[in-house]
Amino acid sequence: MQDTLNLFVMNIGQWLSANLGTLNNPDQIIVEIARWLRTEFGNWGVVGFILANLMATVPLIAVFSGCFALTTWLERKGLGRIQNRYGPNRVGPYGLFQPMADGIKMLLKEDIVPERADKIGHFLAPVIIMIPAMTGLVFLPIGRNIIAASIDSALLFFFAIGSIVSLSVFMAGWASHNKFSLVGGMRAIAQLVSYEMPLILSAVVVVMFVGSMNTSVIVEAQQIKSWVTSDAPALQCLGQVLGWHVFQPWGLMGFLLLFVSALAEANRSPFDLPEADSEIIAGHLTEYSGFKYALFFLAEYVNTFAIIGICTTLFLGGWNGPNIRPPWSDDPQALLIPGFVWFFLKIFVLMGIMIWIRGTLPRLRIDQLMGFAWKFLLPLAIINLLVAGCFYHMEWYFGWPFSILILCKSYAIVVRLNKSKLVNSNRTYTYA
Amino acid sequence: MNTSTGYAPRNYKIVKHKDKTLLEVAMGPHHPSTHGVFRMDVKLDGETIIDLIPYFGYLHRNHEKLAEDMTYFSTMPYTDRLDYLCSMTNNWAYALTVEKLANISVPERAEYIRVIIGELTRLVNHMLLVGFYINDLGAIGTPLLYALREREKILDLFEWASGARMMCNYLRFGGIREDVSDEWLASCNKLVDAFPYFLDEYDQLLTGNEIVISRSQGVGVLSKELAINAGITGPMLRASGVNYDLRKTDSYSIYDRFNFRVPLGQFGDCYDRFMLRLLEMRESITILKQALRDIPKGEIQSKVPPVLKPKPGEAYGRIESPKGELGFYLVSDGSVNPYRYRVRPPSLINLTLLRDLCIGHKLADTIIIFGSIDIVLGEVDR
Amino acid sequence: MKPFDIQPLTQRFPFVHADAFGNALIVPAKNLVSIVEWIQASRLYLCDTLSNVTGVDFLPKVIEEEGKDSEGNSVKIKKNIPGYIEVVYHFYSIELKRGPLTIKVRSNGRDNVRLPSLMPHYRSAEFQEREIFDLYGVYFEGHYDLRRLLMWESFEDFPMRKDYVPPNDNEYEPIASRHSGGDA
Repeated sequence: MQDTLNLFVMNIGQWLSANLGTLNNPDQIIVEIARWLRTEFGNWGVVGFILANLMATVPLIAVFSGCFALTTWLERKGLGRIQNRYGPNRVGPYGLFQPMADGIKMLLKEDIVPERADKIGHFLAPVIIMIPAMTGLVFLPIGRNIIAASIDSALLFFFAIGSIVSLSVFMAGWASHNKFSLVGGMRAIAQLVSYEMPLILSAVVVVMFVGSMNTSVIVEAQQIKSWVTSDAPALQCLGQVLGWHVFQPWGLMGFLLLFVSALAEANRSPFDLPEADSEIIAGHLTEYSGFKYALFFLAEYVNTFAIIGICTTLFLGGWNGPNIRPPWSDDPQALLIPGFVWFFLKIFVLMGIMIWIRGTLPRLRIDQLMGFAWKFLLPLAIINLLVAGCFYHMEWYFGWPFSILILCKSYAIVVRLNKSKLVNSNRTYTYA
Repeated sequence: MNTSTGYAPRNYKIVKHKDKTLLEVAMGPHHPSTHGVFRMDVKLDGETIIDLIPYFGYLHRNHEKLAEDMTYFSTMPYTDRLDYLCSMTNNWAYALTVEKLANISVPERAEYIRVIIGELTRLVNHMLLVGFYINDLGAIGTPLLYALREREKILDLFEWASGARMMCNYLRFGGIREDVSDEWLASCNKLVDAFPYFLDEYDQLLTGNEIVISRSQGVGVLSKELAINAGITGPMLRASGVNYDLRKTDSYSIYDRFNFRVPLGQFGDCYDRFMLRLLEMRESITILKQALRDIPKGEIQSKVPPVLKPKPGEAYGRIESPKGELGFYLVSDGSVNPYRYRVRPPSLINLTLLRDLCIGHKLADTIIIFGSIDIVLGEVDR
Repeated sequence: MKPFDIQPLTQRFPFVHADAFGNALIVPAKNLVSIVEWIQASRLYLCDTLSNVTGVDFLPKVIEEEGKDSEGNSVKIKKNIPGYIEVVYHFYSIELKRGPLTIKVRSNGRDNVRLPSLMPHYRSAEFQEREIFDLYGVYFEGHYDLRRLLMWESFEDFPMRKDYVPPNDNEYEPIASRHSGGDA
């Protein structure tokens, strides 16, 4: 059975190699195209030079804007189904052209600026929120050798740029000259700044373990090298999956902390207090209409993608997935299914979980939100750091039970410390 | 006995604060969560509320003066529009008062149908409140749509019986307008049998939810004495632990024939008011089962003169509407129009304590407290 | 609910008397507060909740009564009954579960009406007395914050009075019809 399978695959591989040029590395198809384009542009002089440099950024923006469109469709459909109704189903088959319709509507709307608003601030706020959101996408390793900028301090850069978002949100709230927007902006600043701490501390664990802040190095470190370079396909599959950091005890805790902080950084439910729909009608976005609102929306989603991307890169293995090495290839690092398939799959799964959480949970109040960040997530993140350090230096037979014990105990202690003494959860209702 | 100076509001004089760093926000008539056109001017210190002044009157249609120019019978459709979510209990309160004033009796079958319709209205109202309460907490509509799904089934029954889903105009003095068929009763039975599964589903989803508990427990605590003194009635009073249900104390209509319990709360906060409405829905199901089992055949309206001219007198009739004690005070001087027609609105009286309950809490809690008081602006402003 | 027995009340305060319909007590305005304090405290009444506060407007009217003139012949005599505004209170007792105690207070005349407020004793009077102030023009002394409730602050007249004439401020739409003179 194994032999016939091998023979079959080798025949296809030979056919592919014969007809599509050298396809030694199926997962490097984009890299091959890019290299071919770059050699073409090299012959075009200055224009070619500019185009070659744009070749890294324009596809990135295009692809993630496409992801954004798909996500808005997915969110509306998903929320609709959770709420026992259809989502949009008129505009295309299953409503797939709805984002296009939304985009056209947003572009055609009148741009209303309040009379006493701070015009410069009001205009610049959407621009300033777009820039860090898009810049954050640059550090995501989408596949092997597919990364827009491979910098040695990528993670640091990412978090530094990501905090500009809070500045822009407050700018929007202040410049609108509206009390509701101001309240929304103040809440947003408090929330975004508080949740930076657990976010960064959960990410630092991985840096400590891997030893580098470069995102491609972090992804490559999540493969079990000895298994991946062996010859059995089963071991190659498992080696790509079981090495993910999420399967280590400190990694699981770190992933959960990072995911919850990501929900808060992206202003999504249950932390969507700045744009709380039922209290301060859209918060800092109240006075924005038309294309500026669309830009805010786009920037929020792209920021979400960037943070989810960092989540998958650090803990879920980035572009690793159950891949096997194609048997016809002679490159020891080639993979059959391209890495970007796994990357986008993981991003959409996490996005789906975020949509699911949004449809299910009510939102927290501001003091509960801050209490959650400072008194719950932060101690757990620090303890996680400690546990990861111990794990690194102990043998595996001490490491696993020790870390699981410490993490569970500390979780229980933090939960007990945070229980409010005022309310009584077990209520009895008498009947007269 | 302490004559209530303890119940008077603290520092009621509205003075301008000298500290200029307070933010005054008008949660104005157009707001997604004020359940109608209602305005609150809040003074905020950061997120904490220092002062709150409610403004009503945006929906004032002068119902009481209109009724003085119309006959008793013509006012019946206008009573639908008072508390527009539970129209038939408004009809019932008015019909009860006029029957008291003019000594009209009601046949048996009509009383049973009134009780069935009244309890179905109670289910409709409580479902709406429970759904909107969680919606105000921030769950973007999921529990609300589940509750509205059930409500639609009951509104279909109303449409079958009376021709309209909301403004039914179904009750008349001395009975009801039209009889219900046996298929309607069978359909009602089916709905009543299936309803507890929805309540169980809601219970499972929401009453143990961490976020719901931490946001509504301890918020807007109302003490027993203050509630009694302020004339609060309905589920809001019973959530503070006072055993006062007009269906049991007044025993109007035929409620003394039914065997049901009255749930009481313990702390009087928003969570208790929310839970109490879920428990009351279960009690309504018990009453409905008994009424549907015992309903006799018979006529549905007693003989009433076409133009009603009651003898000079006055009457105050009240029922336990889903929101509280809905009372009508009628003074008749022997002519076809009432001399004075007054509605005692439970929503307005329950709003008396909004300021007391909200001061000291955060802005986000105001909406929740307001939602748990359960008002309808049509009744507040008439 | 069983209605209250008004015997003890009329015995304690002999100046109250029942009204024409028989079930309400008419109380002079200056004694209202003392009576209310008594019924709140007395063990027979224990009225802890004020359920309803209503205002009723009575215009001055002229009635003809049977009377005797100086010769002993029965003749119709015209009597002027001055108008008054009446405030009706319905008290209930939750503690004793007893029925309504209706108290009516009449004002002197219909201009510049001032009556004592029950707000220091019952919070439920807060909004209802404001509404009576708004719609009937009765000034309640002792109310903590008496302003208009349903009409806007700068409104002038009192809408629920029987002699209220609504202002003719309807907006007429300028449409051409065969009843108008051609132009508008």
